[in-house]
This record gives sequence, C-alpha cells and structure tokens, in this order.
Amino acid sequence: MLKHQPLIFEISRRGRKAYSLPECDVPVAKIEEILAERYLRSEAPDLPEVSELDAVRHFTQLSQRNHGVDSGFYPLGSCTMKYNPKVNEQVVRFDGFTKVHPYQSEETAQGAIKLMYDLGDMLSEIAGMDQFTLQPAAGAHGELTGLMIMKSYHINKGDVKRNTIVVPDSAHGTNPASAAVAGFDIVEVKSNDKGLVDLQALKEAMNDEVAGFMLTNPNTLGLFDENILEISKIVHEAGGLMYYDGANTNAIMGITRPGDMGFDVVHFNLHKTFSTPHGGGGPGAGPVGVKKHLAEFLPVPVVSKKEDGYFLDYNRPLSIGKVKEFYGNFGVCVRAYAYIMSMGPDGIKAVAENAVLNANYIASKLKDKYYLPVDRECMHECVFSGVWQKEKGVSTLDVAKRLLDFGYHPPTIYFPLIVSEAIMIEPTECETKETLDNFIQAMRQIADEVDNDPELVHSAPHTTIISRLDEALAARKPIVRYNKQV
Amino acid sequence: MTRYIGNTNEDRELMLKEIGYDSIDSLFKAIPDSVKLKGGLKLPHAQSEMELVKNIKELSNKNLNIDDYACFLGAGSYDHYIPSVIDQLISRQEFYTAYTPYQPEISQGTLQVIFEYQTMISELTGLPVVNASMYDGATAMTEAAIMACEATKRNEVIIASTVHPEYRQVLNTYAKFRNITVVELGYNDGQVDLDELKNKLNKDTAAVIIQSPNFFGIIEDMAAMKDIIHENKSLFVVSADPVSLALLKSPGELGVDIVIGDGQALGNSMSFGGPYLGFMAVTDKLMRKMPGRIVGETVDKDSNRGFVLTLQTREQHIRREKATSNICSNQALNALTATIYLTIMGKEGLKEAAQLCLQKSHYTYNELIKTCKFSPVFTKPFFKEFILKSDKNIKTLNTKLLESNIIGGYDAGLQYPELKNCWLVAVTEKRTKQEIDNLVRKAGE
Repeated sequence: MLKHQPLIFEISRRGRKAYSLPECDVPVAKIEEILAERYLRSEAPDLPEVSELDAVRHFTQLSQRNHGVDSGFYPLGSCTMKYNPKVNEQVVRFDGFTKVHPYQSEETAQGAIKLMYDLGDMLSEIAGMDQFTLQPAAGAHGELTGLMIMKSYHINKGDVKRNTIVVPDSAHGTNPASAAVAGFDIVEVKSNDKGLVDLQALKEAMNDEVAGFMLTNPNTLGLFDENILEISKIVHEAGGLMYYDGANTNAIMGITRPGDMGFDVVHFNLHKTFSTPHGGGGPGAGPVGVKKHLAEFLPVPVVSKKEDGYFLDYNRPLSIGKVKEFYGNFGVCVRAYAYIMSMGPDGIKAVAENAVLNANYIASKLKDKYYLPVDRECMHECVFSGVWQKEKGVSTLDVAKRLLDFGYHPPTIYFPLIVSEAIMIEPTECETKETLDNFIQAMRQIADEVDNDPELVHSAPHTTIISRLDEALAARKPIVRYNKQV
Repeated sequence: MTRYIGNTNEDRELMLKEIGYDSIDSLFKAIPDSVKLKGGLKLPHAQSEMELVKNIKELSNKNLNIDDYACFLGAGSYDHYIPSVIDQLISRQEFYTAYTPYQPEISQGTLQVIFEYQTMISELTGLPVVNASMYDGATAMTEAAIMACEATKRNEVIIASTVHPEYRQVLNTYAKFRNITVVELGYNDGQVDLDELKNKLNKDTAAVIIQSPNFFGIIEDMAAMKDIIHENKSLFVVSADPVSLALLKSPGELGVDIVIGDGQALGNSMSFGGPYLGFMAVTDKLMRKMPGRIVGETVDKDSNRGFVLTLQTREQHIRREKATSNICSNQALNALTATIYLTIMGKEGLKEAAQLCLQKSHYTYNELIKTCKFSPVFTKPFFKEFILKSDKNIKTLNTKLLESNIIGGYDAGLQYPELKNCWLVAVTEKRTKQEIDNLVRKAGE
C-alpha cells in the first residue's frame, strides 16, 4: 500500500467525468429567464472531476487504510464492537425500505410502521419498560431526549425547581454534556473505593432540586452495582427519577432489566448492543424507553396501533415535541429488528453470558501483567491500569500503539477518568477462545517488552502505513480543508 | 448456540475452569437475585437466515416503494438519482464496520474521507470550516442556533416560518429546555418579510435563521437580509439544499455566517426518513465554537501527510458538563455517501442535475397552470419545488393520483392553515417528461 494516498482533488483533471444523466426531455428555458442573475453563481463549486474507475479505486484504497470489525479483533471498551451480521445489510436494502418516502400516506407504509412498532415492543421487553421511541439518532441524543422527558414530568407535576442532574464521576462524558444541553445543572458524586456509587455521597447529593440520577450499570469500570435497588430507593424517595445509560446493556440482556432495577427511563445504543454497524462514527440510533408514568411525554409522533392498522400519533399534548426530522434512523432500526429476530430470547441471553465470560477470561489471564484496580468478577468489559508500565516509562498510549503492530484495534484508553492510565477492554460475545488467547498472548508479550525493550513499545507502531501523527500541530494550525496550490 | 456467538459449550467449560469458576451464573453473582429476570425474555423465537429474509421481505412488501411510482413528493426528502457506485463502496466492511477514527494510524481511510467531505461541503456552502456531520438538517439547525447564542452571548433566535416545519419543531423542543426564546417571522409572497425582520431584530437576537430554497421551494433574498442582520450584530444562519448550491450563489459569498442543511439529497436513499446527515459550515471566526468532530491535516514522525480528529477540546468527552453540544456519534457513513456522490457527479454533473431540477420543475409548474385547475400562490423564483393552489382538497387529489401510480405533492395546508388546498410539488432530475405529462393530465382532470 502506498504511504501517500492523494486527495481526490489532487487526481482531478478537467473534463473527466464519472456521471451520466439523461438529456433534458422538457423544453429548455434560458436560465436567466427563470432566475435573476444575482441569484446565480459565477463559478461552479470546485468538486472533483474524475473517471468512474478513478473514483472507485480512490475510495477502495482509502478503505484499505481502515481497520474494521471484519478486519480483526476490536476490543474497544464501552463501544461494543460486535460482529455486524451480513443478512441485516441485505434486508435493510429491500426496495420496500429504502425507497419509502417519510411523508407517503400511512396506508402505503404499513410494513415500515409495523416494524417500528414491533421493535419498540421487543426493546420494551428487553428493558423492562412500557414504551419506546425510536426517534433519537444516537446514544447522546437518546440521553438528551430522556432528560427532557424527565424535566417535563416534574414540571407537569408542578415541581418546577428540579433542575439538577446527579451523575457519578465514572459516567460517560455524554451524560453531563447531555444534561447541560437539556438545561440542567450537574452535580457529580464520587465513586467509592470499589468503583461503585458511594451511597452516602449519593444521599448527601439528594434534595428537592434533583430531577434525577444518571447511571450506567454495569458502570464504566465494567462492574455491576449490587446496591442498585438501594440507589433507586434513595433517588425515588428524594423525588428524583432514575436514568439508565444503556451503553453497557450487552452485559445484562436476558439476565436483568433496567426496569426491574428501578430505572424510569433508559436509552439503548442499537449500534452497540443490537449489532448495527458503527459506520466509522455513525449512523447509530438511541431509542428511549420509559415507564408508564412518563409515556405521555415521549416525542411525537408515537408509533401506535389501532384496529385497522398502524399509525403515527401526533396528538400527544404533553409530548416534549420532536427531537429529529421524521421518525429516527429507520434503516438502523431495521437492522436491529433483524438482529433480535435472529437471536430469539435464548440467543439474547447467551450474548450477555458470553460477553461476560470473555471479559472475565481476559481479566483473569492478564492481571499478573497489568494492574487490575478492582479485582472481582467484571461484566462485559474489564478495566486495567497501565501504572506498572508507566513506572517503567511506557504509557498506556504506547501500549495501545504497540497493539497496532499485532493487527489489533487497541482497547479504549484513558477512560474511565477515575482510573489512571486506563485500558478498557471489551471483547464482546462474538469472539472465540482462540481469538482471545492470541490477544492475551500479544498483551503479555508487550508487557514483557516494556521490561526488556521499552523503546520498542515507546516508538510503536512500526508496521502501520503511517506513524504517530502530530496532533498538537493539527490543533495549533488547523488545516480543515484542501486548498489548491496556485 | 447462535451463529453470532463464537464459543462452543466446550470452550465455555474450559474457559470457566481456567479462570476458576464453576458456572456462568457465578460470574453474575454481583447481580442481586431480587432483580434477576425470572422466566426469560418474552421475545419471538430465533429465526434462521432463510426464515428471517422471507419474513422481513414480506414486511417490506407492505410498503409502497417509489420505484413503482412517479414521485412528486419532497418536503425535505427527495427522490434524486443515486449512482450505483455508492452502495458498492459504502458496503466495504473497512468503512461500515469501523468505529469513530480514534486511532489515526489505522483509520486514515475514514479520516481522509471526512477531510474530503469537509472540502466539498465548504465548496458548496462557500464557508471555510465544516464539521464531520450532524444527525440531520433539523438538529444541525438547532445546534447552529445554540452555537449562535453562545457566540453572541444572547438568548433569542428569529426563525422564518418558511423554514421546514419539522426543523422549527425540533428547534422549539431544544429551545424550551435551554430557555432560548424563539421568535417566528412571517412571509410575504413566499419570502421572508423584510420589514417584519427589521422590526423583530433587537439587542437579544443571537441569530436569524432562514431556509433557501425555503419550504415552499422559493429562493430567499439573502443579499437583502445580510446587512440588516449584521448591523444588529446577530449571526445569519441559512439552511440550504446542497443540490441547489451547484447553481445558486453560495450563502458564504452572500455573507452568511453558518450554513446548515440536510444531506439526504447527496446520494442517500429516502429510507422512510433516515438515516440522513446534517451538514454544517461556519466562518473561520466560529471554528472553535462549532459542535461535532472536525478532521485536520497534519504530519507523522516521518513528515508524511496524515489526518487526525482535531480541536477536540470543544467536545463532550473533554468538556463534559461545560460542553455546549453533546454530539458524539454522527452520521459518518452518510457523509461518506455524500462524498462519493459528490465525487461521482463532480463539478459538471451536480450542476447538470441541478439544471434538470430547475427546468423540469418549471415545466411542470407551467403545465399544471395551463390546466386551469391550479393557480399560482407566490410569484418569487423557485428551484425544484413549488406551491400551487388546487381547486380540490389535496388529500382527495393525492388519493386519486395514487391509483395512476403517481405520488402527489405535500399538502401544505397541514402545516400552514392559510395555505388550504395548496400543493407542494417536487420535481427532481429523475422525473421524465412522460411522467410529468401524465401527472398534469391526471391532476388536471
């Protein structure tokens, strides 16, 4: 592979083309007669001019400069990089899904609306909730939607001063950010020495201004908070609501449900738990489920059913309104639907069992080489700290970069923030023992290299098409588009 | 065990033994029995691939698909031509199964695509700084409003009622919770009412938001608004149709500060409303206030050019509660689609497609008027969509057209009570003269 891949603009040559359009078959009017000159561009936007083969080769070569789940193991903690089933890609491309206009009449879109209705029902069952909206486009968008619902609930009760959201210090960055975007003040509570919610600190944070508590369980350390019922009780008794960040749902599906733990609102990430592809950063979907007492606040339209079919219900006076155009990332929902239908109830439960087994297997096989801050059964991911390596002058970043030389995507690093030099490994249920053994072997070898040849790790990667990039330069002198050399 | 799970029962036994546990259940002992699910999930039984494909196919067949019809429905989602190259390329696993490009050494593909995307959107909008994408046009517009409030330290936005109704609804939802005041601006002959704009601008106005071509398809007179808005030290935000920008003067050139829009028209299928992408372009001055991911050019240790996510101190994972946006996942694969679309169409192709939209929509407009069943509502210039008043109820008209395999236009009266019996018709480059003549004949009956 070439080290240097030209930009599409650099291979552009005037007069080359990759498109074909039919001749204009209606009588052609002079453009100036339709539009006044002041509306018109004097020069067309400088888009590339390449042949179709040029274009295909360019993007094919770019794709080869990426690592995907199909390329190899991708144990990126908190991201649930599971296999993206190919049949889901096939069914989502049926003409009856891709070629459906969002405003065509409901009678002509019954299959699409039914699919959304049924997916909502299945997600409700998995979450232990009463009703779902599929409208949010991503996890963070789901958080925002859920928080708006919580605020509306309090205001509707006349409880107008509840303007604080409490989050643990181990929370995903989106939790406090979403709460801020929803107009809340944020209070952070410290975790205890086991990485769990400090009940005393939580109690102290509660008052009549608290709208709710956001928690992911298992938390970002991969630990299930066994005090969950006590936590829910503390929050509910203070008049707050419980929000479940579903980023880590892969650990518990079919074993326990957020609704049964006392949560009132939950979002799932279809692109994590339900196998839809991450797409290089999206599109995802962040459906939100609520208990009955919050259902009237769900965004419009609510997908509903009546005797003669399915429909989109806009007549919801207490709804928070719309959070997105149309009805959500429908194509992502089709894939998640296909996934749940493929797995069935036993398959869904087996996901959690195998995800948890795989994570514990890795934790156990690496803990003599890497420091494991909380040494107990983890759930779907395990969090190491690179402090032993750091003492020898090799950072977690170095270890991650060295893993690239073994053909692996590195784990999530430096998160959660409460673990220094964090290395967060999430293997998912899809991987076999052999894959895990090979990865464990690589991690152990790197730990040995830190002892014997630290420079080898410190200067990694050695095998990628490009070495470490100067990120400081990029931020100091931002070049964010191509400019033609004159 | 299902086909998507790797370990055999034997593997599981072996692994448990090696790590000193006697059962899977013992790994879950932190979960109190009282919250454990009894009796299993009540979900449909697992389906084999054959059954799954058959069942989902049946479900999809219950939807009318626009390939069997002539589609004149737009209103934010358009039946544009999608080159066959796109699906082949976005189906490459290295693109669609990858995560956000946090490890640049093995993500140069995605990073370079985004850099190229940023450049193309910059060319279309006439503004220098573009982010990696937003969820859709409506949320992009809302984030632009929030950004404008942060940048100007003001708390009111004025939005034209000629902006897509759903965009305004999304803005209203967010604004309600952030205590941003939203003021609506009426229209005059289908365009923003300039006198009303002058009257409504005040010291709290952070931004004026318009759409061009607007919801009625009409091109707004941005040049006439720019000075009025900037004299008030407010920001000018425009939602644009990217296809129109091949032909129309770019908002950047006209002095607009933030251009957003929905990129569905750039090679993305309609898919019952999503996934699409929102695009956002801003001036240099606003670069560090912009939400979302941005890719920048840099060099590696050996001075090779490479690309990284940059200016990340703006983002939620660093700023947490101080972040002004919570966006994390965006619509990267749809942005890739847009990039490939703009590459395939290229400089000449996009212009040609835009010209076809313009010609065919004007032909349709004129022919419909000739039937005497429709009358003009506005006189201002339009691009690919227009409004006509029908002598019939729009629902009745559309139901009748459907029998002739035509999907008629949007019933504007649903969102604008004053536009009762008004029909919003979209004509893209895909509509043939025959289809148009057929529409005119049937609608003119």
